[in-house]
Order: sequence, then structure tokens, then C-alpha cells
Amino acid sequence: MKAYLTRRYMFAASHRLHSDALTDAENTETYGKCNNPYGHGHNYAVEVTVSGQVNRNTGMVCNLVDLDECFRREVMERFDHKSLNSRPEFAKLVPTTENLAGVIYQILKRQFHTAHLEKVRIEETLNNSFEYCGEAHCNASVSPAMGK
Amino acid sequence: MVYLTRKCEFSASHYYHSPDFTMEENQRIFGKCANLNGHGHNYTLEVTVKGDIDPTTGFVVDLKQLKEILNSEVVDAMDHRHLNKEVPEFANQIPTTENLAITIWNRLHSKMRRARLHRVRVYEMPDLFVDYYGEQ
Repeated sequence: MKAYLTRRYMFAASHRLHSDALTDAENTETYGKCNNPYGHGHNYAVEVTVSGQVNRNTGMVCNLVDLDECFRREVMERFDHKSLNSRPEFAKLVPTTENLAGVIYQILKRQFHTAHLEKVRIEETLNNSFEYCGEAHCNASVSPAMGK
Repeated sequence: MVYLTRKCEFSASHYYHSPDFTMEENQRIFGKCANLNGHGHNYTLEVTVKGDIDPTTGFVVDLKQLKEILNSEVVDAMDHRHLNKEVPEFANQIPTTENLAITIWNRLHSKMRRARLHRVRVYEMPDLFVDYYGEQ
């Protein structure tokens, strides 16, 4: 029996949206207030969805302790109370929340192996959220199996 | 195809313990959840059904019927109860949120009439939920 488990985490970080491929005027036009040279911050809420067969002995898709520890070590340590622009992951990547979702997905894909990573969903504010499910398939705004 | 989601809440107690493991193994695997005196949660259940809209009623599902099914199969059976001791499905399986979602799916699945069950989502806490879509 395959089930999907979602865990929600919070971290706080600052960023500035600025692309070296654009002129200053184009950056201002594209990113508006987010292009402020001093940056600004958000409380990010990250929902990580993993899936797998429910283990008959434990009743679990995976042990939450393992997922929590992986997220703490790989994501919180990297990004919580940091400037995203100062991180090597964003040396050549604008730290939009779209890119942040992709970066966190790739990190967890490499580091978490006890269940299948389905989706990373990030709320930047209460009004904005972004989802990334890898390149293979991503039916954004609905659950992983919606539409099947 | 239209999807409709109905939400309800129930509060219940449980503990995690497998007779296949030693006490030490239960403690190591399940941590605080292995306390045999149990603990409890306020669960939120979201049930999503799907189907075509009935041209006469404009409904995907009769919400009154759906609510009655949720009340009889979930709320009456689980609200303010001990899942391990009072819900028969958990006599021989651990009432993890995964197994709870599957149990609720199995209880609701056979009761559906016009609309089909699409997803059962069970929140154990605001930061933890499980989705089950039936056998995949």
C-alpha cells in the first residue's frame, strides 16, 4: 500500500532578486521591490512530500526522525538565518522561490534515500507558493497523484 | 471530472508498539510514540471525491450523504476514542497516520455511491499529513 507523507518545516532567510544577465533598469523593472540592493527576508514554509509502501512492521512510509534529521542537516544548516545570495547554491542562480524549490529538491534527492521524494512545496508568503516535483512530472497546485 | 473535498475533525489517542520488536527496538524506532500509556492528537481529515456533475442536481456528490458516511465511519468510530483499543483495524496493526489514512479509505470506499473516492488526507498535526489514493 503506497502512501504519501508530507512534513512541513519553517526557516527564515534573506534574498535579493537580481540577474547579471539584465541591466540595472531591466532588473528594477523585472523584480521591483525585490531588487532592493540591501535585500529583504521571508519566513519560508517548506512542505516535503515523500512516498513509498507502508512498511508492515512499522506502519510507516519512513521514519520521521530520519527525514527531520536530513532536513535539519541539509536545508536548515544551509539556509536558516542566512542570506540566500551568499550561498554557493545561488552563486549563479537568482534566489527566486522557484529556484529555491528546485535547489532544495535536488539536495533532498541526493541525501534522502529511505523513501521516494515526490515534491517540494515552498510558501514564500501566505499568498505565494511554489512546487517542484523534478523534471519527470509535476502537476503543480494539486497533489502528486491528482489526475491519475 | 470535478473534485470535491470535505473536511472533518476528530480527537483520539494512540501509541505505537509492534509485538514483533523488543521493548528496546520499539523505543528506538517509535521514540516518544512508544509510550504504552498513549498520547493523543487533534486529527483533521480531508476526503476528496471525484465524478461528473449530475446535470439535474448540479452535484458531484450529495454532501448530506457524504457527511453521514464520515460521521458513522470515522467520527463516531474514532472521535474521543483510543485507536489501539477501540478501532478493530488497529488490533493487529500500528495506528500510524499512514495506516489511519488507509483504514479510513477502506471504510469509506465501499460506501461511496455516485462519486468515487479520490484521496484521503489525514493531518496528525498542522506540520504532518499523509495522503492515500487507494492501491496504486
